[in-house]
Amino acid sequence: MAKSLRLEYGKHLARLGKKYPNLVALEADLKESTQSVQFEQAYPRRYIEFGVAEQNMVCVAAGLALGGKIPIVHSFACFISMRACEQIRTSIAYPKLNVKFMASHAGVSAGTAGVTHHAIEDIAIMRAIPNMTVLAPGDAREVREALEVALEHKGPVYIRISASEVEDVYMVSHKFSIGKASELRKGNDLAIITTGTMVHEGVLASDTLKREFGINARVLQIASIKPIDRDSIIKAAKETGCVLTIEEHNIIGGLGSAVCEIVSEIGNARVKRIGITDHFCEVGSFRYLMKSEGLITEMIVKKALDFKKNEAWA
Amino acid sequence: MMVHALVQAGCGHPGGAFSSVDIMIGLYFAVMKLDCNNPHWEERDRFILSKGHSSVAFYSVLSLAGFLCHESLMTFRQDGSLLSGHPDMHKVPGVEASTGSLGHGLSIGAGLALSGKMDRKKYRVFVLMGDGETQEGSVWEAAMFSRHYKLDNLVGIIDRNKLQIDGSTEKIMALEPYRAKWKSFGWEVKVIDGHNMRQIVNVFKNIPFRKGAPSLVIANTVKGKGISFMEDKPEWHGRPLKGRYADIARQEIECF
Repeated sequence: MAKSLRLEYGKHLARLGKKYPNLVALEADLKESTQSVQFEQAYPRRYIEFGVAEQNMVCVAAGLALGGKIPIVHSFACFISMRACEQIRTSIAYPKLNVKFMASHAGVSAGTAGVTHHAIEDIAIMRAIPNMTVLAPGDAREVREALEVALEHKGPVYIRISASEVEDVYMVSHKFSIGKASELRKGNDLAIITTGTMVHEGVLASDTLKREFGINARVLQIASIKPIDRDSIIKAAKETGCVLTIEEHNIIGGLGSAVCEIVSEIGNARVKRIGITDHFCEVGSFRYLMKSEGLITEMIVKKALDFKKNEAWA
Repeated sequence: MMVHALVQAGCGHPGGAFSSVDIMIGLYFAVMKLDCNNPHWEERDRFILSKGHSSVAFYSVLSLAGFLCHESLMTFRQDGSLLSGHPDMHKVPGVEASTGSLGHGLSIGAGLALSGKMDRKKYRVFVLMGDGETQEGSVWEAAMFSRHYKLDNLVGIIDRNKLQIDGSTEKIMALEPYRAKWKSFGWEVKVIDGHNMRQIVNVFKNIPFRKGAPSLVIANTVKGKGISFMEDKPEWHGRPLKGRYADIARQEIECF
């Protein structure tokens, strides 16, 4: 059954309030959308409303962290990463303060709200900031685990989550950790590297490639974009020679770029980046946009086949 | 001390350092509860230099107050030094927050003040801002927030030297009616002469000025105070103190 990542997140945050008495939730007038409302209901005195003022929210979070609290800042990914970018960089990341950012409506999951509410630049921005950990979990379980590890980690963490509803992809044995990729499908013909909820399309594409074309595509989910699992990426590049990255983000500066930065230093594989090709999206629902941007299974399969075919020419 | 450090560095921001140093001396020697042997003492009052470019004054005061040795002070802005042009909390003992980007300090101070309230701590938070700095919109977000959460353990201080890099504040982007602006945001405001030590010390004796409201002190000051050629001259905001000017500044400070 498809689950809302935000609802799952909110429920889990409220649950963790007991384990972390210093945890405080900060919100800028979007408590239903981000689901920080669940924490408010459980711990009203540890919930701080800012109104529509993200820059102040981020710097107040710095002060709360200096006072020994663990602030978790809520808003849409576009506002956290862009409206309050310099506050994050200078007053949180530079002094390495223990502040967490829960950035919802990442990618184009705000759908018909339009470009103002999309965030296709946040991975690029956040991973360029020293001291920042950047996470993009792919299903409800990974969201819960990302939250748990973020709270255990001392220092700033940016977590981007989709506003969409997604199916579970992980088996019970999965355990998320910072800096580690998870391998969801084995294979040496091709490597599909995904982040966030694109893991679903990656897995479905791999299954289709195997079933219909006899191609064994490894699937690596990079929920920890920074630090990134260098070893798994190098191994995948070496063993497949053919790497396809998929992200709900601009292809400039995101997962694809991060993978290229590693593979180009090794020089043992070709990389094809699939994502939003450096443009602002048109008006449309989330599903419509995913289709128009080529981020659905059939189109990923097609791109994978083209990519494999061109291998011979290389 | 400041003159020596500035000359040694060959760069820095002299004007705003001289306009704000009297306020910092008052705070560190007659107002705030601090322990230089235990800079992380939980009950200490907190000071945030939101106008981080006045670091040379701040470092000098920290050195006089025993947080920093004189030798380190003389490394101000030198290659590999711990003393940056804008203070780093992880490098300099006694520095509560890394500042230098204008418009951040009041929010950081509000966060610390709110944290103190949540934990029922008695400490107070003092945030020193430049007047030009308050042209940043985020300062007013913080002003609104601090009143909303009744942060009467928060004290904002404005170094009102009436000059910013490009000229007079009133010419560049008018702040007046300044007191009325802060009052309209629900702050309790007092205006002092920021170079009169008696007024500086007295104004902080009764904090909060009003229960349930954050306090604001507008300290009227002179940019470059104490150095004849620098007083009231916007060009000395970030000009290196060297050559003939360094000699005059040294002489004037020594005569004083």
